[in-house]
Amino acid sequence: MTGRSRWWLLSAIAALVVTAATVFGVGEWRSYQALQAAPSSVDVATGPSLSGPRVIFRNTAVGDDYGRVAAVPLDDPGAPRAVSDLECDRVDATSERTVCLRTVRGVITTFEATVYRADGTHESSWPLPGIPSRTRLSESSRLVATTAFVTGHSYVAVGFSTETVVTDTVAGTSANIQEFEFTVDGRRVTSPDRNMWGVTFAADDNTFFATATSGGRTWLVEGDLAARTLVAIKEGAECPSLSPDGSRLAYKKDLDPGADARWAIAVFDLATGDEIVLPGDQSIDDQVEWLDDGTVLYGLPRIDAVGDNDIWAVAANGTSDPVVFIERAMSPAVVREG
Amino acid sequence: MRPQGPGTGAKVSSIVITLGIVSMLTDISSESVSAILPLYITGVIGLSTIAYGFLDGIYQGISAFVRIAAGWASDRGGQPKWVAFFGYGLSAIARVGLLFASGFAALTAVITVDRLGKGIRTAPRDALISASSDAGNLGRSFGTHRMLDTVGAALGPLLAFVILFLIPDGYSTVFVVSLAFALLGVALLGIVVPNIRPAERPAETQPAETQPAAPRFRWKQLTDPRLRRLLVAAGLLGLFTIGDGFIYLLLQTRGAFATQWFPLLYVGTNLTFLALAIPFGRLADRVGRARIFVVGHLALLAAYVVAALPVNGAPLTIACLLLLGVFYAATDGILAALASQFTPPEARATGIAAAQTVVALSRLVASTTFGLLWFLYGSQAAVIGVAVALAIVIPVVAVLLRGPARVRDDA
Repeated sequence: MTGRSRWWLLSAIAALVVTAATVFGVGEWRSYQALQAAPSSVDVATGPSLSGPRVIFRNTAVGDDYGRVAAVPLDDPGAPRAVSDLECDRVDATSERTVCLRTVRGVITTFEATVYRADGTHESSWPLPGIPSRTRLSESSRLVATTAFVTGHSYVAVGFSTETVVTDTVAGTSANIQEFEFTVDGRRVTSPDRNMWGVTFAADDNTFFATATSGGRTWLVEGDLAARTLVAIKEGAECPSLSPDGSRLAYKKDLDPGADARWAIAVFDLATGDEIVLPGDQSIDDQVEWLDDGTVLYGLPRIDAVGDNDIWAVAANGTSDPVVFIERAMSPAVVREG
Repeated sequence: MRPQGPGTGAKVSSIVITLGIVSMLTDISSESVSAILPLYITGVIGLSTIAYGFLDGIYQGISAFVRIAAGWASDRGGQPKWVAFFGYGLSAIARVGLLFASGFAALTAVITVDRLGKGIRTAPRDALISASSDAGNLGRSFGTHRMLDTVGAALGPLLAFVILFLIPDGYSTVFVVSLAFALLGVALLGIVVPNIRPAERPAETQPAETQPAAPRFRWKQLTDPRLRRLLVAAGLLGLFTIGDGFIYLLLQTRGAFATQWFPLLYVGTNLTFLALAIPFGRLADRVGRARIFVVGHLALLAAYVVAALPVNGAPLTIACLLLLGVFYAATDGILAALASQFTPPEARATGIAAAQTVVALSRLVASTTFGLLWFLYGSQAAVIGVAVALAIVIPVVAVLLRGPARVRDDA
């Protein structure tokens, strides 16, 4: 090939590649704009924000309300949702507080956690080291747990790790639970690949449950905030959630350990040690929320739409198949009073 | 001392610049994906698994092996361009895979292919840079290449986040754009860059595809004591070179500034790296590459000290990033230049690959050990320990490399 024909060939390839990528990008941008301009694809209530017992969640219905926190009455989850101005990736709420983890998008993308008071005013916020994963408030609203991925710039840097911090809003302190003393069968685990995530609090505002991992194994751990300890109580359970009566834990259980996880929800009785795996076909990757002592809620991606989810409900004793509880929604949080 | 007056006299070859642009395009492609991959994995595929981190060590091992094998194949076949092309091509194919990968296993496979490609292309490409440069301006040539390469690494994430800013769920757009850049890089390399046989003996140079049975490469060509000393020195230093990730984590535990900017700390490092790559390369050509290589590790030592200081704040975080940038500018390209300098042309890709593999493996040991120390003794004690060890090793290495720094370059 002569010098000149080389440049012609290169220019032709470059033109082709750049045109194809541009056409694709512009097409995607247009269809996103069209979706944004469209009214919300679900019924939205107008009027004052909801009070009283309710389920709050992240609205994932395409349209201009996408990603905002919404609420439906606890006794009528099919009612039109009341959408707030708050945009969150993960949300939890009690009658006193709402905690919201969000991605602050931009050319420079950052992440933060914010706590709001019951009236919606800003109470406090702090930066997160990476993508939001889980958040939980204790029933008394005193403790806030946040889990974020610690994301390095490349997939070589540190691999995937999580940072889980428990903040005491009364004492004004916070603790990274990865620094707690972690024991499995009485032996201390100090391996550098330890990771913790997915906290759920007990009623005493000191005991909590979480997930710990090391060397490819995963444990359900019981934590003690004051003593700064984590003790493994069961292997192969992730993202626990304590039932309102404090007697059972619901968590993700990998039915098919290996590279491709297939998670089901299992319910573990703390007194008897019995475990029931709940029915369901799709792999579930969420921290369960208890609707009441007999039912659990979790989010599942919709197969037909990227970035859209439904909240499902299933009986905690495994006697019924899961049903859709709230369409086009994720990160449910049940506010039982107020 | 120097073969040809001030090493700045010779201009950087257009082939080096073209290879730099190839790397830039490829880095835009790969870094745009790496920057958003965590968001994609957690947000769209919906995986919260961290098993990913464990596989990482295995990949690094594979990558090191592949690197040596590719260097050897490149020398033996006399086809550095086409071995590099294969590596770049493999990574471009991995981008196509990204468009269709759904699920963790598929994604892992795609990333593995991408890493293999990276392992394959690096040494033959550096051999091409070395073959198209004068012995007197090797540092400058590698500096120019690394600068362009790092420009790509800085632009990639920016481009990806701009796309996600315009189209919040536009991951497929990022993947398509990434593929486009990868293809541009591969096309530029394939069409424009000539296959320079490092063994520049025209009389014996036949198109290698017709006679691969006449290799000029011998393992014993890698027995230059200066190369051995370089490998030992680089390995020793590598044992105390912990990943930037750890330094960023350390800074992040220290204060809100570093936490808030955590996902972007590497940008500070990269900007310093790209600004200083050429000046340091030129300086290395003038005052001795081994000397600059040692100075770079002094900057790393200073970065450890800054990271270990019990105070926090934006100025210290920024100082630490600057020092890391200096470290990369003074060592990354310089290592390849040093390895080229101590290896005969017909074994050059293997020599460069050997040096890079020694560094990669020793750094892997460093990061693993450091991680262990971190959790046994706490982050601060661990980094102080590594700093002390590095402070002891640097003078040893300086003595070890002193001979070669003064020996004239082979031309």
